[in-house]
Amino acid sequence: MNTPVKEDRTAGDRLTRYPKHIREDWFGRVYVYLCVALMVVTIFSIVWFIASKGLNPFVSGAIGIPDLLLGHVWKPEGEPPLFGALPFLAGSASVSFIAAAIAAPFGFCAAVFMTQIAPKLGRTVLQPAIELLAGIPSVVYGFVGLSVIVPFLRDNFPGQGFGILAGAIVLSIMILPTVTSIATDALSTLPAGLREGSFALGATRWQTIYRLILPTTLPSLLTGIVLGISRAFGEALAVQMVIGNAPHVPRSLLESAATLTSIITLEMGNTVGGSLHNNVLWSLALILLLMTFLFVFIVRMLERRAKR
Amino acid sequence: MKKSLVLVLTLIVALTLAACGKSNNEGTASSPSASASESAPASSAAGEALSGTILAAGSTALQPLVEQVATKFMADSKYSGISVTVQGGGSGGGLTQVQAGQVDIGNSDIFAEEKFKDADADKAKELVDHQVAVVAIATVANPKVGVDNLTKQQLVDIFSGKVKNWKEVGGADQKIVIVNRPSSSGTRKTFENLALGGPSQDLPGSIQEDSSGTVKKLVGETPGAIGYLALSYLDDSVKALKYEGADASVENVTTGKYPVWAYEHMYTKGEPTPVVKALIDYILSDEIQKSDVTEMGYIPIGDMKVARDVNGNVTNK
Amino acid sequence: MKAKLADRIATGAIIAIAGLIMAILAGLIAYLLFRGLSHVSWHFLTSPPQSFKKGGGIGPQLFNSLYLLVLTMMITIPLGIGAGIYMSEYAKANRVTDFIRLVVEVLSSFPSIVIGLFGLLVFVNLFQMKYSLAAGALALTVFNLPLMVRITEQALRGVPREQKEAGLALGLSKWKTIWSVMLPMAFPAIMTGTILASGRVFGEAAALLFTAGMTTPKLDFTNWNPTDPQSPLNPFRPAETLAVHIWKINSEGRAPDAPEIAAGASAVLIIIVLLFNLGARTLGRAIYRKFTATK
Repeated sequence: MNTPVKEDRTAGDRLTRYPKHIREDWFGRVYVYLCVALMVVTIFSIVWFIASKGLNPFVSGAIGIPDLLLGHVWKPEGEPPLFGALPFLAGSASVSFIAAAIAAPFGFCAAVFMTQIAPKLGRTVLQPAIELLAGIPSVVYGFVGLSVIVPFLRDNFPGQGFGILAGAIVLSIMILPTVTSIATDALSTLPAGLREGSFALGATRWQTIYRLILPTTLPSLLTGIVLGISRAFGEALAVQMVIGNAPHVPRSLLESAATLTSIITLEMGNTVGGSLHNNVLWSLALILLLMTFLFVFIVRMLERRAKR
Repeated sequence: MKKSLVLVLTLIVALTLAACGKSNNEGTASSPSASASESAPASSAAGEALSGTILAAGSTALQPLVEQVATKFMADSKYSGISVTVQGGGSGGGLTQVQAGQVDIGNSDIFAEEKFKDADADKAKELVDHQVAVVAIATVANPKVGVDNLTKQQLVDIFSGKVKNWKEVGGADQKIVIVNRPSSSGTRKTFENLALGGPSQDLPGSIQEDSSGTVKKLVGETPGAIGYLALSYLDDSVKALKYEGADASVENVTTGKYPVWAYEHMYTKGEPTPVVKALIDYILSDEIQKSDVTEMGYIPIGDMKVARDVNGNVTNK
Repeated sequence: MKAKLADRIATGAIIAIAGLIMAILAGLIAYLLFRGLSHVSWHFLTSPPQSFKKGGGIGPQLFNSLYLLVLTMMITIPLGIGAGIYMSEYAKANRVTDFIRLVVEVLSSFPSIVIGLFGLLVFVNLFQMKYSLAAGALALTVFNLPLMVRITEQALRGVPREQKEAGLALGLSKWKTIWSVMLPMAFPAIMTGTILASGRVFGEAAALLFTAGMTTPKLDFTNWNPTDPQSPLNPFRPAETLAVHIWKINSEGRAPDAPEIAAGASAVLIIIVLLFNLGARTLGRAIYRKFTATK
């Protein structure tokens, strides 16, 4: 970004016959365009590099795409090696959906509390608290999950404590801020007349919330939930620490399972670059990347609907 | 108002310039550091004091030992011109990087031939193996399982899911929880080959953790848990089980009575440069082998009365 | 009557849930501080970690985290402000702008582990930076840039239109107006956003595992020559940050007091994040007051 800026300066000296403000404008334009161009280049190179690595196993014909997506046996060191990623897809999907299912009602209630019931208390206490939750690093969440939630589940439920449920609980706290802040935005932009009209008609607050506010803000609430799922889907370390990492499609919420991110974290360092095992891990990263695009697409659809 | 404006602007401009200056460096700065390590052998050829940089990467099991030794090495006045950096990244990463010439030493828990297979088999031939220590792996269990010896067959049954309760192998009436490692782990490969005699299954419901610290924590906390750990990680929170009646003691390992052990390798691409050789010789010196290596729970390579080759054939020295 | 009762129950439930969220947060922080603070001391904050003995500290890790933050922000701020200015002042309502908006959105939703892997592939391997602070800072820039762009864009949009028009009417160039009139006005909002973003950078670990590495070479804190491999300022040395250190001790810690160190380091990390949060709030408010009062 800097070199062209310098060129611009030297070029500026040559072009002194142009008035100062034109040169200034030119400089500004070049600067901001370069920044934006760099961003676009970055995203294309991310997609290009991850895809070129991740598509390798398919291009070389070592495994087929259906084998990866639908195979439920993950045995990379077996004879022959089997790379079925279904356990990880199932793990990632169930952890993030359950986390969203827990976080959604909490987030909605918090938003209602902040906008409808006690706005002052909400703004001074609850909102900063929730923003703080967003600031806590994911390793710390993993640490707490491992030392509090896992032992709790182990003592009170069958199983070893590790599993989808432990992961989902940790993730639900992590995505709560996302869900809440979007719900709060949606609720606070509702026209005040709508609510007052409902009260004037004799509806109670709960009736107003339930019959009026919930349906009108539903698309925005869903946007928040999808963003939350998207974040949960990509979270790596906190989940890896509490989920148990057995490469099997889980039969119960309390059984050790694995996600796309956890298997990448566990195995990336142990495999040698260029080997099939390593390349398949990049394919899993590519799946994560594609899922991001899917989530962004869904969010856009929902936003379009919310605007209508 | 005006003053603060000026201040703000200066700050922003300063930051911008600083960033420009910085990103300017990035393009070129990688080359001096590369040339530094290349120039190392040249300066030492004349027989003066060695100087240069060494970059080692790989196995997290070997990393603490190399780090510790490197610190001592750099403090030694003979080698004060040498700077050593040790990185983790896993055995696979270490081997890939040393093979590609990105690092000077690749640390690994297993033979390079076991990682570079099939089409990549030639890559292993370019690497030179330096075995610097031996690490023994013990089967460990939660202290309350009530078992202190397992035969090979019992272990195989447990890790294949045939035996599901400790009472079937003479212990308490408790469900067995397997704490395994991911399939790419070097420790797992060693355990499978030498203790089980073949690959183990990833059973549904088993827990997999890559790191020894986590395995120790889990086995210690989870009722009925079984796993395996390098000797250096053992403490009172877990119980080390005998294998076929043999303790995982240093003596049993050196005489070959306890078979589950592996070499710690430091691979170089081709013969090591004088600087790298100085470090490896330093680690292999009696002084280090008798003190740091032993203190950290590894077994000195010179104490071994048996040797093992890539294919697992054990011979008496 | 029934509706009234339902209303009361529902209101009660909502208040209870709001209370529960507060309780979770309070419990979380109390737990971390309670477990960790007893281990935090001046010695702990300044001394290097020990692999096998008791009494290791987190000094280099703390320094690395701060230094990495500075490096990241040195790259992110100018780029983010530039792109933010584009989004708010230069972008026309057309397809290209829509596309760039999409780019920002996608970039901000990438999982950090994917960005870490990209960093491994491109910065560490392709650009031959190896595991280094510079590679880590670049990866974090990718991760932080969209946030910075949004912060700048929103801050600039918050500047009253009249300010901009006045600048233009005085015959200032568009760029001069943006740079010397609007940006200073937007500064409090940008500052607050930047500090909040810094908190995020400070706690990030997944993207750094594969880029900045998990080790710190022996640092000589009397050597401030940035090109020396032992100097703490050298951007091309590997560096383990505090968050990565917590991850590492939890998994591979061999020191006898590893659990205490993990707890202590978590407490330190959480306190710093709290400080960032509070700092952003108070600073934002203070600057805002200063700007509005002096006008």
